[in-house]
Amino acid sequence: MFKSLCQKMFGRSLWVYHANSGGCNGCDIEVLNVLTPYYDAERFGIKLVGSPRHADVMLCQGPALRATAQALRRAYDAMPAPKLVFAIGSCACGGGIWHDTYAVLGPVEKVVPVNFYIPGCPPRPEAIIYGVAVAVGLVDKKVAPVTFKQLELPIPRYHPSDLHGQDELVVYEKSETL
Amino acid sequence: MSLLSKAREAIICLKAGKVTLPYPAQPHAPAPNFRGRPIFDAAKCIGCAGCANNCPAREILIFDPCQEIRVLHYLGRRCTYCGRCADVCPEKAITMSQDFETATDKIGDLSQHLELFMSTCQRCGRCFKESSPLEQLKLKGYRCDDLEHEHVIFRSQSYLKDAPVVDDINIELD
Repeated sequence: MFKSLCQKMFGRSLWVYHANSGGCNGCDIEVLNVLTPYYDAERFGIKLVGSPRHADVMLCQGPALRATAQALRRAYDAMPAPKLVFAIGSCACGGGIWHDTYAVLGPVEKVVPVNFYIPGCPPRPEAIIYGVAVAVGLVDKKVAPVTFKQLELPIPRYHPSDLHGQDELVVYEKSETL
Repeated sequence: MSLLSKAREAIICLKAGKVTLPYPAQPHAPAPNFRGRPIFDAAKCIGCAGCANNCPAREILIFDPCQEIRVLHYLGRRCTYCGRCADVCPEKAITMSQDFETATDKIGDLSQHLELFMSTCQRCGRCFKESSPLEQLKLKGYRCDDLEHEHVIFRSQSYLKDAPVVDDINIELD
């Protein structure tokens, strides 16, 4: 439903505003790389604008810093109502390497609500295009959480039902298979 | 004159051809030495927590609920794909994949959660000594990272239980 709503609202073109709240400029260079003729993001209607008041999408790079969090929030508030926020890079997604230092508050989602995450340090230009394509609905997302659980612990005393006595010895039934 | 220059420009443009990458329509493989998302192989992992101790972003969390189970939680959100975990892994259970198409709308999609069975040591009881005093301090005891708030706690559990940690180290080294 969110996707269809997205397609309806942002069907024609996304005007992006590029907000760096204290990153290292690695992600900025990759975002500008996306706008070059080789990757050519303008075929999706993506256009870089200079003011958040003209923008539909805010591309956040860098973690939310103590000094820039308020400015980032003001830029977000200045955008007109149907708005998306992309967190680009591992700093914006999770706080980066210096996520626990004094100046860094954490990921940008502590300051502005984030709709799409594009991790990477920096993400490839293809990864950014892929994120935009996921947002617009051209492709489906590929990642899913992975969980591995040990279903049965191979310890005899955890399975008292499998233990049985045999000539003064206690034998564990499944010991051959484990 | 101006017409000629325009014609020359047009010829240059036609000669260059189309350079735009047809990326989302056709796949574009990265270079062979590109490092993407690390993949954890639970079948090979022995739960040594070397990756968690070497992660510069501190995003591989280790939690030991009991003697036999070790929970390894990879967040994936602030991973810089540096590959140090894959370098340090003694069993090569971590491989850096070429997967870069990781854009998602939920950050939890990137996590990997392993619950590993740790068998108890029933050999001689003498442990190998760590090389430096710093590493001895770092690696003692159970790890008890905060999985809910995604914090790494670089201490042994005995700190929290008000037990003397010095004795703890002596017991394990003797």
